[in-house]
Amino acid sequence: MSKLELLSGNEAIAKGAIVAGCNFYSGYPITPSSEIAEEMARLLPMNGGKFIQMEDEIAGMGAAIGASLTGAKALTATSGPGFSLKQEHIGFAIMTEIPVVIINVMRGGPSTGMPTYPAQSDVMQAKWGTHGDHSIIVLCPSSVVESFEYTIKAFNLAEQYRTPVIVLIDEVIAHMSEKVEIFSNSHYRIKNRIKPSVRPEKYNPYNVAFGSVPPLAPYGEGYRFHITGLTHDETGFPSMKARIVQDLQERLIEKIESKLKYFSFYEKYMTDDAEIIIIAYGSVARSAMKAVKDARKVGIKAGLYNPITLWPFNNKRMRRFAKKCKHFLVPEMNMGQMCHEVRSSLYGKNVNVYHLNKANGELISPSEILTKLKGVMHV
Amino acid sequence: MYNENIFDYMRTEKLPHIWCPGCGHGIITASIVRAISNLKLDKNNIAFVSGIGCSGRTPGYLDFNTLHTTHGRSLTFSTGIKMAKPKLKVINVLGDGDALAIGGNHFIHACRRNIDITAIIYNNSIYGMTGGQFSPTTPDGFIASTTPYGNCDPSFDVVKLASAAGASFVARGDAFHVLQLDKILQKAIDHKGFSVVDVLTTCPTQLGRRNKMKKPWENLDYIANQTVSIKKYETMSENEKQGKFPIGIFIEEKRDEYVETYTKRVINKAKGRK
Ligand SMILES: Cc1ncc(C[n+]2csc(CCOP(=O)(O)OP(=O)(O)O)c2C)c(N)n1
Ligand code: SF4
Repeated sequence: MSKLELLSGNEAIAKGAIVAGCNFYSGYPITPSSEIAEEMARLLPMNGGKFIQMEDEIAGMGAAIGASLTGAKALTATSGPGFSLKQEHIGFAIMTEIPVVIINVMRGGPSTGMPTYPAQSDVMQAKWGTHGDHSIIVLCPSSVVESFEYTIKAFNLAEQYRTPVIVLIDEVIAHMSEKVEIFSNSHYRIKNRIKPSVRPEKYNPYNVAFGSVPPLAPYGEGYRFHITGLTHDETGFPSMKARIVQDLQERLIEKIESKLKYFSFYEKYMTDDAEIIIIAYGSVARSAMKAVKDARKVGIKAGLYNPITLWPFNNKRMRRFAKKCKHFLVPEMNMGQMCHEVRSSLYGKNVNVYHLNKANGELISPSEILTKLKGVMHV
Repeated sequence: MYNENIFDYMRTEKLPHIWCPGCGHGIITASIVRAISNLKLDKNNIAFVSGIGCSGRTPGYLDFNTLHTTHGRSLTFSTGIKMAKPKLKVINVLGDGDALAIGGNHFIHACRRNIDITAIIYNNSIYGMTGGQFSPTTPDGFIASTTPYGNCDPSFDVVKLASAAGASFVARGDAFHVLQLDKILQKAIDHKGFSVVDVLTTCPTQLGRRNKMKKPWENLDYIANQTVSIKKYETMSENEKQGKFPIGIFIEEKRDEYVETYTKRVINKAKGRK
């Protein structure tokens, strides 16, 4: 049994969160993300959850982590300036390994920028916004349906890898309406964090004896343990011993990067024989799809690669493309954030990486991409 | 006052603590544990939360569900914990800089919501951990590492701030009048709603040293002389009140608690609509 619903991207995210088992939301309103909070305020209390509007985004992030520690599945949503405020606590969740999902509906910046216009300006902030070395999972849907699906996946990944997961969407996806087919809950695969199988006296919150993701006990069920944002050993208590700290740093990165193949989501279109591959994500991927079709009509062998899992960026896949394809074009609604990553992933390969950037609140149209394709392919 | 049961509530293997000899933080911590022990609370149902600072190290020594968060933001974590699992008794200790400077916004909003959390401020009037910079409660004229010419910043009165912001239990105690502190903390922890206890304490290392109270007892003496009972305070002239802090319970009211209200007013209504 399924039903079709006409939803905006923001509404689809809220619906996806509920399906994923989200039972806590804490956040602070900000355009263009506010509808997510509004939907969660309505949906959570009727689905066994709770919603709280906090005094700012820092608080929204802190409360979400606190709730998660009791075993809840917690969500917060924001946009540019609010995303900046959340960064310290995103780092706390990384360091303490507390699952939580953060939605950032991107808008132009720096600062207040253009609150109601689309942008893709937080690609690098999502990866590197919080201080310190770390890895992080960032997903970037390109449609309303994908917003629904990847929100569910974001919760699953957060639980599976004991880590914050960020979903980036742009204002276009957040506010446009599309039909989403929603099935009954049993249709979806929902993952929950691993709870400890040992007795409380034996429990250590960072015991990696059984793998790089340690089981997490919820507060209030007899497992009394310590959590700190300081570097810590497997017991959770602070440690500044070089060996222990180095192991921790490496594991926090490894536990995510080494498993990339299980969640490196992407979309490929006509890349097999492509002479030029467009690398595009979010709403730009839709323009790029049309541009590929139009380009083929005028004899340009173009293809599309949409890296839905933006981070960790899949370097291996890029290098595989580069075996056959020598030209790449990265159109994005920023001044070249992902282009930078594409270039470094292809370092040493004899290829050309072109860019098409717009950071003025206007969309990148298929015809602009086509014009660029014609220019670089000399058609 | 000696209560051997307090060790049942402590992670004694984590001792000795990191606090300086003569620091008042240990006096408060022991008082909190006695209050918990007297209330016979179940360790498994206590979430004990702190921010960053010397006070922030308290949870590490206590055998509860313990959480050492970020500077100033601990009440936000506590709010999430209480909302998501109301059966947990949430106790949150804060430094004066932690609670009132960087965390001031979270503090007043937690008061306003009247959420069932006990906030205990280890108020030593200085930034202990970072080397003695002045805080929002450093007295006028005091020397701190960032007030080399004497402090000219006005300070917060925690009791007035918490009362005005809406906390339903507001008290002040201090590290000298420990028997009274035990009783205040016990009532605060037992209280349903947001309870605030401003605990005046010492920092001989960073505050005392710079202000002619180098010996720990001198700093504690200063606290003892600063404090008077609420009753006595009310009889004093404005002149006599200068530099004095009344101690005792200022507000103890039964008021709607946040999570209960949310459950009653929001969840029940929403379920009716489903
Ligand atoms: C975001 C942030 N800013 C600044 C600091 C540095 N810092 C750590 S503790 C502290 C002040 C501690 O003073 P207080 O809160 O009064 O607690 P005490 O150490 O006196 O117990 C500061 C400024 C920090 N850890 N995080
Ligand atoms: S610096 Fe001050 S507050 Fe910190 S442990 Fe030493 S005496 Fe206590």
